[in-house]
Amino acid sequence: MTTIDKRHIISILVENEFGSLSRIAGLFSARGYNIHCLSVAPTSDDSISRMTLVTYCSDAKSSQLMKQLDKLVDVINVKDLTDETHIEREMLLLKVKSTLKQRDELKRLTDIFRARIIDVTDTTYTIELTGPTEKILAFIDSLGKIKIIEQVRSGALGISRGSESLEIKK
Amino acid sequence: MKLSGSEIIIESLKKEGVDYIFGYPGGAVLHIYDALFAAKDIKHVLVRHEQGATHAADGYARACNKPGIVLVTSGPGITNCVTGIATAHMDSIPMIVISGQVSRHYVGSDAFQEADATGITRPICKHNFLINDRESIAETFRKAFIIATTGRPGPVIIDIPKDLTDPNIKINFEYKKNIKIRSYKVKTNECEDKIHDAAKLICSAKKPMIYSGGGVVLSKASAELTKLTKLLNFPITNTLMGLGAYPSSDSQFLGMLGMHGTYEANMAMHNCDVLLAVGARFDDRVTGDTKQFCPKAKIIHIDIDPSSISKIIEVDHSLIGDTKKILKKLISYTTNYKNNIDTVAIDKWWKKINSWQKKKCLSYAKSNKVIKPQAVIESLHKISKGKSFVTSDVGQHQMWVAQYYKFDKPNRWINSGGLGTMGFGLPAAIGAQLAFPKEQVICVTGEASILMCIQELSTCLQYGLPIKVINLNNRYMGMVRQWQEFFYEGRYAMSYMDAIPDFAKLAESFGHIGMVIDNPENLEKDLTKALSYKNRLVFVDVITDQTENVYPMIVNGKGHHEMHLAPSANEDIELA
Repeated sequence: MTTIDKRHIISILVENEFGSLSRIAGLFSARGYNIHCLSVAPTSDDSISRMTLVTYCSDAKSSQLMKQLDKLVDVINVKDLTDETHIEREMLLLKVKSTLKQRDELKRLTDIFRARIIDVTDTTYTIELTGPTEKILAFIDSLGKIKIIEQVRSGALGISRGSESLEIKK
Repeated sequence: MKLSGSEIIIESLKKEGVDYIFGYPGGAVLHIYDALFAAKDIKHVLVRHEQGATHAADGYARACNKPGIVLVTSGPGITNCVTGIATAHMDSIPMIVISGQVSRHYVGSDAFQEADATGITRPICKHNFLINDRESIAETFRKAFIIATTGRPGPVIIDIPKDLTDPNIKINFEYKKNIKIRSYKVKTNECEDKIHDAAKLICSAKKPMIYSGGGVVLSKASAELTKLTKLLNFPITNTLMGLGAYPSSDSQFLGMLGMHGTYEANMAMHNCDVLLAVGARFDDRVTGDTKQFCPKAKIIHIDIDPSSISKIIEVDHSLIGDTKKILKKLISYTTNYKNNIDTVAIDKWWKKINSWQKKKCLSYAKSNKVIKPQAVIESLHKISKGKSFVTSDVGQHQMWVAQYYKFDKPNRWINSGGLGTMGFGLPAAIGAQLAFPKEQVICVTGEASILMCIQELSTCLQYGLPIKVINLNNRYMGMVRQWQEFFYEGRYAMSYMDAIPDFAKLAESFGHIGMVIDNPENLEKDLTKALSYKNRLVFVDVITDQTENVYPMIVNGKGHHEMHLAPSANEDIELA
């Protein structure tokens, strides 16, 4: 197994209970893993939450990480989506300075990236964009000298392609 | 049946067959203590410090393989348990810690004696619960017992707010034994094919080695391990936690391995071609330098915890499940393949091992001027015929017990292996003595360790526990001193125990018998006398050689073949 750090996107089904999130976050800090981003919300069964988590580590470390996550009593199922075909989406909410001169350019960029302007003031635009992380980063990059006032990202969400699903074991 | 929250707790414990609770009362658990007062079937042992309660429950669990139960109050009650919980967690000991919490409407308000018990204990336990409603008390207790005692065992904490234990509010009580925990998975059975393949590999070995650990004790698989080892005529070594799981007096036993393991065990590890690891976790004190660990071996690993597999050392073949069950199947498969074993090669391998054994790595310079600590343990073994339960604290004395008290049965050797908790020995002896009132329980300790939980001598008097405390008093924190001698050019920073109490008098002031042994000629006679008191705790202060070191020793970062032997032994190290 390689020892080079790579990006891993991990899906976790966990009991929607008091302390579950801190158990998982605690495992990462206690065992020296990083959490690059994390999103969590209840599933269609509201007693279960689904987390999507991105971390950077070697394959050897990630296989140990998966076992440690699976060992947590609250964790129902866990899966590393990285090496299988999956879809990732992230949402960006961006508040930017938009002077009269910049408005046309901002509108054009927003259209090119299929983003939406969701709030407007006389000096600002607030833009919503969804897509894979690379698209989000590319959009931010494209703004060039336009001043970003506030940037909010959801972190990646992941789901496997096809009929595969992360099931509730047992 | 309508019961209060407190009564539900007591009834739940009864349903789980609990006979002892180790605890200390306080505001948040007074309702529970009141219910306990009325309960006849459960005996409560009042310790003198909550840390003592956790170690006593732990010692009880290690001695009799039943979960140890702790009951403490909120705030300082539970924070004092942290070391004991972590100790049990590191050694996978089943334990239930019930801690009181401030009433629900105070939670989060920095109330008197409020501490975030579940937050504090989260990283040092198998699981924990904060109970939020009366209706879930019974179910939570059942879940806690299932989690603590199944799979890889461990401590579980149940934090319960005081208002939920109110004696005046009663609800229906029903204790359902068969409950399912959706998210809790334990794999107890491995697929037959994998066990079959492992058996084939084992029987193909020319230089085999069996390395077994605490998992064998926990899964009560000592008989199976012994049977398999005998069947194969393979050499075996035990980890510190696994001692006693295979009879030490047997000729196939090579002693403990690792940092202070025997020459023959470590050399056999380094040179083996097939290693069977059973219920052991490749701890750094066992492996030494992982890059040089068993460089020529195919490794088979039996463990119930999937996360133990290939965590430290990449293994070739893993068998995940209950050690006892897997060993049973391995026995039947290896019986089929027994004829494949190359007995000529095995004989040759044994000859090599016998040559390593000739080093007599555990020999030490005898003396008639000072008492050698090793001699104390050898005498203890002789006098007690190797049958005692022996607890220890942490340091040199712990290693000497592991090396010189040849345990022949599991559960008899009780020590803090993983966390290395000084102060563990005396309270652990309390638990062991209560579990086996008729057996001899010896606590081997040092003058530094014993002072960390010395207050439990008072508990011993209250419950009439005839523990024999053997204090190897070298006026140093011996292991710290040893490292400072080796690695810090003899700068003994803070390792000297200044102002040591008169232990014999101290023990007498607690109501026990105190003895001092300082003459090597009287050692055996005086120890025999100390151990002969049937109903009294005897504290024996043995004044030992100040500068004795534990050998053999593998220095950090070195391989199994790079041991230092005692200066008295032959130092040239043979690379086979």
